Amino acid sequence: MMIGEGVEDEEKWLSAGITGLQQNAFYMHRALDSNNLRDALKYSAQMLSELRTSKLSPQKYYQLYMRAFDELRKLEMFFKEETRRGCSIIDLYELVQHAGNILPRLYLLCTVGSVYIKSKEAPSKDVLKDLVEMCRGIQNPVRGLFLRSYLSQVSRDKLPDIGSEYEGDADTVNEAVEFVLQNFTEMNKLWVRMQHQSLACHGADPVLRIAVGLSGLQGPAREKEKREKERSELRDLVGKNLHVLSQIEGVDLDMYKDIVLPRVLEQVVNCKDEIAQCYLMDCIIQVFPDEYHLQTLEILLGAFPQLQPSVDIKTVLSRLMERLSNYAASSTEVLPEFLQVEAFSKLNNAIGKVIEAQVDMPILGAVTLYSSLLTFTLHVHPDRLDYADQVLGACVKKLSSNGKLDDRRATKQIVALLSAPLEKYNDIVTVLKLSNYPHVMEYLDNETNKVMASVIIQSIMKNNTHISTAEKVEALFELIKGLIKDLDGTLHDEVDEDDFKEEQNSVARLIQMLHNDDPEEMFKVICTVRKYILTGGPKRLPFTVPPLVFSFTQGLLLCTYLIGQWYAVASAGYHGQLRNLELAFLVFVVHMIFIVIGMSILIRQLQGPDQGSDENPFGEEGSNFTEKDFSAFKSDSIELMFLDWFLKSAWDAPTGAKRNGDSVSPCLNPLEAMIFPLVVIYVSLLFLFLWFLGYIYVTCGLLFQTIEILYGVPAPELALRLYLQCAEAANDCDLEPVAYEFFTQAYILYEEEISDSRAQVTAIHLIIGTLQRMHVFGVENRDTLTHKATGYSAKLLKKPDQCRAVYACSHLFWVDDQDNMKDGERVLLCLKRALRIANAAQQMSNATRGSTGSVTLFVEILNKYLYFFEKGNPQINVAAIQSLIELDYN
Amino acid sequence: MVLVLAIGDLHIPHRASDLPPKFKSMLVPGKIQHIICTGNLSIKEVNDYLKSLCPDLHVTRGEYDEDSRYPETKTLTIGQFKLGICHGHQVIPWGDLDSLAMLQRQLDVDILVTGHTHQFKAYKHEGGVVINPGSATGAYSSFTYDVNPSFVLMDIDGLRVVVYVYELIDGEVKVDKIDFKKTATTRSAH
Repeated sequence: MMIGEGVEDEEKWLSAGITGLQQNAFYMHRALDSNNLRDALKYSAQMLSELRTSKLSPQKYYQLYMRAFDELRKLEMFFKEETRRGCSIIDLYELVQHAGNILPRLYLLCTVGSVYIKSKEAPSKDVLKDLVEMCRGIQNPVRGLFLRSYLSQVSRDKLPDIGSEYEGDADTVNEAVEFVLQNFTEMNKLWVRMQHQSLACHGADPVLRIAVGLSGLQGPAREKEKREKERSELRDLVGKNLHVLSQIEGVDLDMYKDIVLPRVLEQVVNCKDEIAQCYLMDCIIQVFPDEYHLQTLEILLGAFPQLQPSVDIKTVLSRLMERLSNYAASSTEVLPEFLQVEAFSKLNNAIGKVIEAQVDMPILGAVTLYSSLLTFTLHVHPDRLDYADQVLGACVKKLSSNGKLDDRRATKQIVALLSAPLEKYNDIVTVLKLSNYPHVMEYLDNETNKVMASVIIQSIMKNNTHISTAEKVEALFELIKGLIKDLDGTLHDEVDEDDFKEEQNSVARLIQMLHNDDPEEMFKVICTVRKYILTGGPKRLPFTVPPLVFSFTQGLLLCTYLIGQWYAVASAGYHGQLRNLELAFLVFVVHMIFIVIGMSILIRQLQGPDQGSDENPFGEEGSNFTEKDFSAFKSDSIELMFLDWFLKSAWDAPTGAKRNGDSVSPCLNPLEAMIFPLVVIYVSLLFLFLWFLGYIYVTCGLLFQTIEILYGVPAPELALRLYLQCAEAANDCDLEPVAYEFFTQAYILYEEEISDSRAQVTAIHLIIGTLQRMHVFGVENRDTLTHKATGYSAKLLKKPDQCRAVYACSHLFWVDDQDNMKDGERVLLCLKRALRIANAAQQMSNATRGSTGSVTLFVEILNKYLYFFEKGNPQINVAAIQSLIELDYN
Repeated sequence: MVLVLAIGDLHIPHRASDLPPKFKSMLVPGKIQHIICTGNLSIKEVNDYLKSLCPDLHVTRGEYDEDSRYPETKTLTIGQFKLGICHGHQVIPWGDLDSLAMLQRQLDVDILVTGHTHQFKAYKHEGGVVINPGSATGAYSSFTYDVNPSFVLMDIDGLRVVVYVYELIDGEVKVDKIDFKKTATTRSAH
C-alpha cells in the first residue's frame, strides 16, 4: 500500500518535473534562436532548477537528468557559437555565475567550462581544478553525484592527457589524474554518505515514521534495503571515474603503481562501506589491464584484509584470479612475468590472511577462494603440482575445523575444486600424486563423495587412462571408496535402484581399465582391486566380482601364452644346442626341484596377506560364519592339493632320471664348459617359468575364493557361469585337478541353488557346452562329469527341454578333433534316450491336447543322427536313419 | 538398400569397459536401419546406446544378460531376406557350423546370426548364410588368446547381401567384404 502510493507520487513528481523542464527548455530554445544570451541563461537556470528536487528516487532522477543533459548539449553549442561571434569566454564564465541557485549555477558553469577549455584560452587543468572545487557546493548525495557525473562527462575528452590537444607544458598528466581522482573521491564520499544519511534520519525520528504510517518493525529493514537498491543503481556513476582513469594514456605502470592505485585503495579502505568496497574493488580489477594487476599484486592484495568483514571478498578475489588465469592462458609469453612477481605465493598468502582476518567467513567463501586459487595455479603453473597440493592442503586445514560439510553450495564448490585438476591434466595418474586430494574428499558428505568418485571414473573413461601399478590402483580405489563400500554412518539409506546399478557398473568398467602387460604387476593390481571389491557387501558383489574374475582369467591366459613361449625357447635350447637327452633330463630335474621349493614359498607368500584381508568382509557380516570356516578350509585344501600334485610330478621326474643316472655322471665333465652359459640362461628362464606357474596356481586359488563370495549374495547363476569360465581357463592351462574342482563347484551349485526351470535349461546348456570343449580330463574324470551332466539333462522339468539337453549330451562323447573322444556307442545311447523322451513327450501331448503334437523334436533328433552319420560314427547306420525318417512321416 | 548392423558379445562391463573409440566414431545415428544383436551386452546402458544408433533393435539373450526379457531366438524379415538371431550358447558344440546350420533350417531363415565364440565367421551354407559378428569390444574369450574387436554391417539389396566386416587389428580398422546372392527363393518346408 505504502509503496504503491509512493511509486504513484513519484510518478507524479517526475512528470511535474519533466513538464517544468520542458516548458523552460522551450523558452530557452526560443532565446537561443533569437541569440538572446540573457534569456537563454535565465531559462536554462530555471530549467535546471527542476533538478533541485529531492523527492525522486535515483532512477527517476536519472530520467530527469538525461532530459536536462540533452538540453545542456544544445546550450553548449550555443555558447560555442557565442564565442565565435566574439563574446569573451571569460565573460561568459563570469556571467553564468549569476544564476540564483547553486545547482543550476554549477551545471551552467560546467557547461561553459567545457567550452572554455576547448577555446584554450586558459589551461585545461586550471579550469578543471576550479570546477571540481566548485562542485563541493552540492552536498546532497543524489544531486551531487549527478552533478559530478555531468562534470566528468563533459570533461572526459578535455583532460590534459599525453597526446591530447590540451596537454600543457609539464607534467599535466598528473593534473588530469589528480582531477579525476578528486572527483572520484568526492563522488564516493557522497555515495557512501547516502547510506548513513538515510539510516540516521530514520533512527532519529521514530515518531515521524509512525506518523507517515511505517511500521516500526519492518521499517528500517525495508528502508535499508530500498536504500541499498538505490545506491547500487548509482554505483556506475562512481565507477565511471575509474574507467576514465584507465583510459588516460598518461597513466603508465609507474604512475598506476605510485599514484592511482594507492589513492584509490586508500579511498576504498577508508570509506568503510561494504557496498562501496565490494563494488570498487571489483571495478578496479575489471577496468585496469592485467599486467598492471600482476605488477601491483602486492598492493592490491594488501587492501583485502583491511576491508569490512561483511564484504564479499571471495567473489572479488575469485574474479581477480580468474582474470589473471585467463591472462596467463592468453599467451605463453606472459608466464615468466607471473614467475617473476611470485604471483602464486602472493595470492596464497593473501588468501591465508583474508581467511585468518575474517574469522566468521562462511566455509563457502573459503572454499570458493581456494577453488579459484587452484584454477589459477593450474593455469599458471601446470608443472608445479606442489602448488596445487599446497592449496588443497590449506583447504583441508580450513575444512578440518568444521567437520563434514552440510552446506550444499560449499559442497558444490568443493566438487568444482576437485574437478579442476582432473579437467586440467586429463589424467588421474597426475591427480593421484596430490597427497591432499583424498583428504579433501573426506570432508564431503557420502552422496557428494559418490558423485565425485563418479566424476573421477568418468574422467578415466573419457581419457582412456591406463592405470598400471598396484600403488596407483590402491590410491585410486582409496579415492573412490564411496562407491566401493558403504561408508560409516550410512545405514543403507534409500538409494535409487537404477542409480546404484549405474554406479556399480561404472566401477566394473573401471576394473577393465586397469591393465599392465607385465603379469607380475598385473597380478598385484588385480589383488589390490580384489581387496577393495570384497569389502563391497552383498549388494555390490554381483556387479563387481565378474570383472574381477575375468581379469584373473585374462591373466591366466596371458600366462599360458608366455609359458608356451618359454617352452618354445627351452626346447629350442634342447634340440639346437645340447642334443643330449640325458642332460635335458638333468636340467629338467633341477627345474622340478626349484619349482617345488619355489612354489611352496610363493604360495605362502602370496596367499598370506590376502587371507588376512579376506577376514574383514566375512567378519562384518555376522551371518556368514559357517561360510568363513568353509572358505578357510577350502583355501587350505586347494593349496594342499596343488602341493600334492607338484610333489607327485616331482617324484615322477627323479625316478625317470635315476634310471639313466649312471650314464649322466660320466657325460658331465667334458660338457661342463659348454653348459655353463646355457645354465645361466636356463636358471633365469626357470625363475620366470617358476613365477608363471606359481602365478597360475595362486590365481586359481584366489578365483575359487572370489567366486565363493557370491554364494552368500546369493547369485548362484552368476557363480555357476564364472566357475565354468574358470574351468575353461584351467583347461587352457592344462591343470586337470583345478579344472575338475571348478566343475565340481559348478555341479554343486546346480544341484543345490538353481531351482528355476528356465535357469536350469540355460545352466545345463552351458555345462554341456563347456564340458564338450574340455580336453584336460583323463578318462575317469571325464566319465564322472559327463555321466552327471547327462543325468541332470534327463531330469529337467519339461520333456522337450530334457530331450534337447540329452541329445546335446551326445556331443560329449564325440569330439571331432580328438580321436580318443569318439565313443560312437554312447553317442547312440544318448540319441536313443532322447528319442524315448521325445516319444513320451508326444504321448503326453496326445493325452492332454488330443492331437499328435509336434514332430519338431523328432526332426531335431534326426538331424543329430545325420550329423553323426556324416562325421563317420559307425554306430549310426542307414537303417537307423531310415527308421527314424519313417517315424517322422507318421 | 538397407543397412543392418550385426553386433554382439560386448560384455560390458564384465570384460570390457566400452566399445573401442574407433568403432564408436564409426557408428553414428541415422545411417543404420536395423540392428540385430546376438546378446551379452550385458547392461541396460549398452542397450540404450544401441537404441540411440537405431531404434529398430533386435536382441537375443546371452548367458550374461541381466535383462531376462530378451528371447532365446528371434526371426525377422528384411527385404527379401529372412533373418534369424540367436546368441549361440544353446547350440552345442559351440560355434560348430553343422549344428548352426541345423538351427538355421529349424528357424527357416536365409541368414543366421549367432555369437558366443567372439570370432568373426561368415559361411555360405546350403543356400543360406551363417554369420558370427565376433565381439564388438574384443572381450576375453577362452576360444582364442587374442580377440580382435569386430562387427558386421550387412547391406541388403534385393536378392543380394553384401557383408562388410569391420575388424580392429592393432589399432587399425580393417574392412572386408563378402558377397552373397540368394539363389532359390523357394525352400522346402519341414
